[in-house]
Amino acid sequence: MAIIESKNLSFDYIRRDENGNVEGITRAVDDISLSIEQGDFIAILGHNGSGKSTFAKHLNAILYPTEGSIYVDGKDTRKEENIWDVRQTAGMVFQNPDNQIIGQVVEEDVGFGPENLGIPTKEIWERVEESLKAVGMYEYRKHSPNKLSGGQKQRVSIAGVIAMHPKCIVLDEPTAMLDPNGRKDVIRAARALNDVEKVTIILITHYMEEVIYADKVYVMDKGRVKLQGTPREVFSHVEELKELRLDVPQVTLLAHELQKRGLRIPDGILTMDELTAALKMGDICH
Amino acid sequence: MLRDITLGQYYQTDSVIHRLDPRVKLTSTFVFIISLFLVKNVWGYLIALCFLAGVIRLSKVPFKFMIKGMKAIVFLLLLTVVFNLFLTPGTPLIQIWKLTITKEGLRTAVMMAVRLTFLIIGSSVMTLTTTPNNLTDGLESLMKPLNKIKVPVHEIAMMMSIALRFIPILLEETDKIMKAQIARGADFESGNIIKKAKAMVPLLVPLFISAFRRANDLAMAMEARCYRGGEHRTKMKPLIYKRRDRIAYFVLLAYFAACIGIGRL
Repeated sequence: MAIIESKNLSFDYIRRDENGNVEGITRAVDDISLSIEQGDFIAILGHNGSGKSTFAKHLNAILYPTEGSIYVDGKDTRKEENIWDVRQTAGMVFQNPDNQIIGQVVEEDVGFGPENLGIPTKEIWERVEESLKAVGMYEYRKHSPNKLSGGQKQRVSIAGVIAMHPKCIVLDEPTAMLDPNGRKDVIRAARALNDVEKVTIILITHYMEEVIYADKVYVMDKGRVKLQGTPREVFSHVEELKELRLDVPQVTLLAHELQKRGLRIPDGILTMDELTAALKMGDICH
Repeated sequence: MLRDITLGQYYQTDSVIHRLDPRVKLTSTFVFIISLFLVKNVWGYLIALCFLAGVIRLSKVPFKFMIKGMKAIVFLLLLTVVFNLFLTPGTPLIQIWKLTITKEGLRTAVMMAVRLTFLIIGSSVMTLTTTPNNLTDGLESLMKPLNKIKVPVHEIAMMMSIALRFIPILLEETDKIMKAQIARGADFESGNIIKKAKAMVPLLVPLFISAFRRANDLAMAMEARCYRGGEHRTKMKPLIYKRRDRIAYFVLLAYFAACIGIGRL
């Protein structure tokens, strides 16, 4: 069964003036229908203002659809009685690491979610330990979050979500404020969770390098899904991606340019190895 | 300049006092302060002194850290002493010009000084040996009965701990904004008080906006992690009384009894 099922989902931001009169309506998410299978690694790409974060907030029942509906693990997010189940099923990691850490010690922050769920004390400690180990932050458990780097803080946030035992983790631009090393660590932690624990990962990002490992990529623009498919399929549409003001990975771009100049290289090259292999093959044919 | 502010004054070491339950420490401080105002004679103060000295000894915190807390009230202390010294009516002791020091005045002045000093040192011992976090937990647990009269105890404790968590972050942010404004020619140093206060506006406005934005983000993150107030909530680190806490309560009771018994004769 699909873990996430959205049907004709639309969402309007309503701007109001001081008297509460409607000043304008912005449609942030426009008629999105998609279904995500349990255990998949999904990436949602999009430029600023493409509606990708707004869509993500629907998965965690922070926002409710204006039109259409969304089901998380078969539960309608709009029903009041489902909201806590939905939030436990689909955990969420946000962009700014400083603004989502509640505890003053790393382990206390990871324990915050389980505490809210009413888990017995002994089990909280077990969960905290296993989640911190899963993201490789166990040796920092007694540290103050203020002393950690951005990537470390973000991994603590991920641990905080894992400790709630979600089936699905939504990462809303988790790497936007990190340096390249921190970015790698966070993505590696997310991929490990997907591989080992079979947690569904929904990664929202505008960094192309982060999505090449995804099972499926959705490209959003102006609230709609413009492209979807495997990374290879999506990245073979170089020109369309450029129109959507998205960069493609440098290797893919190079392959595309070479292809335009007449070299016989297949579409959707994603890694350096693939390109060298293709060039060697192409050399002979040339 | 802003980094100099140290949060709380927790002194990290391992001692019996450090390991005591925060509830014990809070109650003890409270009882100690009450006892200071109940005793009437020298013997009472001597008992209090012994008790305080014993606790300080056990806490392994260097004495100079306790004195630090005194600096803040030196002025208040002097004021109380001077007023009590000169303005208490009674049998004159020394007369300088129009000012008279009476026997009663001298007595009250000394008593007040001792009282205030003990009070400050006593509460310093608590803050020096308890992390702010622990203190919040202790307060929450002790104030729990107030829930019955609709005091949002859990919420207050949550606010306190979030405030503690964000103070360093906001300080850093203040520093950043300050540097950004200085880089654009803002002047925070020169001028009189009014001018300096006015110069703070371009610092405070962005700081407030950012604080609100952070609060909004944090609220969302907390909700996303199923936070719904204090109900149905379990504790990762529940407060449980141990043997040493019971002993501490017993010692406290003995102290208080001694104070009432001997100190009020």
